[in-house]
Amino acid sequence: MPGHVLSPYLPILVLMIIALGFGLGSLVAGMLVRPRRPYPEKLMPYESGNPPVDEPRYRFSVKFYIVAMLFVIFDVEAIFLYPWAVTFDKLGLYAFVEMMLFIAILMVGYVYAWKKDAFRWE
Amino acid sequence: MDLLYNAVFRPETYSPLIQVLIILAKALVVVGVLMLHVTYATYFERKSIGHMQVRLGPMRVGPHGLLQPIADFIKLFFKEDIIPASADKPIFFIAPAISIFAGMTAISVIPFFSGFVVANINIGLLFIFAMSSLNAYGVVLAGWASNSKYSFLGGLRSSAQVISYEIAMGLSLVGVMMMAGSLNLSEIVRAQQRFPGGFFWPQALGFFVFMVAAFAETNRTPFDLPEAESELVAGYFTEYSGMRFALFYVAEYIGMIVMSLVGITCFLGGWNGPFAIPYLPFAWLFIKLYLFIFFFYWVRATLPRYRYDQLMALGWKLLIPLALLNIIGTGLVKMLLKG
Repeated sequence: MPGHVLSPYLPILVLMIIALGFGLGSLVAGMLVRPRRPYPEKLMPYESGNPPVDEPRYRFSVKFYIVAMLFVIFDVEAIFLYPWAVTFDKLGLYAFVEMMLFIAILMVGYVYAWKKDAFRWE
Repeated sequence: MDLLYNAVFRPETYSPLIQVLIILAKALVVVGVLMLHVTYATYFERKSIGHMQVRLGPMRVGPHGLLQPIADFIKLFFKEDIIPASADKPIFFIAPAISIFAGMTAISVIPFFSGFVVANINIGLLFIFAMSSLNAYGVVLAGWASNSKYSFLGGLRSSAQVISYEIAMGLSLVGVMMMAGSLNLSEIVRAQQRFPGGFFWPQALGFFVFMVAAFAETNRTPFDLPEAESELVAGYFTEYSGMRFALFYVAEYIGMIVMSLVGITCFLGGWNGPFAIPYLPFAWLFIKLYLFIFFFYWVRATLPRYRYDQLMALGWKLLIPLALLNIIGTGLVKMLLKG
């Protein structure tokens, strides 16, 4: 039946299938032609030619956790700004002042994190 | 000709089955064009950096080395695939597929010329962000699953870098959304027709933040710390070889092309140019794309790598305040103009 409009998200599904097919297909096709001659030395993780010492997954700096937490806060802020930005013209002055207040409150936390040296890596 | 026009611009005049076939054809054309560009972007990079360093770059395979990317592909295809004995196999297998999946799917919302876009959805820009976040998973999982020190450190650094700059990138585009009043990339391009030079001049600050963040998001020099070869060998893909390595490599170039296309669409007027080029409605987009990609290479040949603490300081202490300033400034100007 002509005139029937499909969901605009359908092409994304099609492209996802093509992309997955490309990724997996090229690997599977390669499997058929490439050699496979493993021996224990070849399968060692690379460490400049020496046998690896220690486990690679040791404890790492707590800084990475702090960055991850700050990321969550600021990413939520960014997502919160999107609907406001898209409807900026319709919302008018009231919403603008509201959003400035929101950013100002967030800035307090930002300055606090800065003063606590959360952004220092030395 | 009429048939083709209808198929591209008015697919709803056909039955659902034909519509699905049209979508499939469009998607395959876009993926084909993308892969062709990725293939020759590698050649273009080696040639332009070669000439910047007063050498010739690839010259042996074909005239002026033109067949070099094909030779590279054949070599990688027939290479032995080494999987380290200590790797987490399922995650190790899936990581490169995630990277390429995220990059390729993001291309679906980019409009190539007026009316030609694979998926014309309302939340195009949001979808691009979602996909670029997914890309980080490929990197992090590859670093984790390899169970090697270099991969682990590369993956860790990369995850922190990518999430830090994602905030700056997300905030830098808020100004564009305010001016365009839409997240649909075609609408954003149409909104720019009222401004000479697109949103580049009114959003110059946002464009600067976006460009810096784009270099960091795609792990390109001067922010290629995750794969800093002098200290981390090849970073998160140290343990990958053959075709799996090729997938990461292709994903990096796809990421670069997608980021360039987003920048062009949001700041430089997309498919519009100073004058119309007959029969080639996509010509301006591709000219801008090549300039962008050349800029990526130019920067790589010019700038040294950042230190890690400098990188994080730049992202958190400079780019995020600048992006917020841009939002506040854009809002104030818009309010004043409205009166």
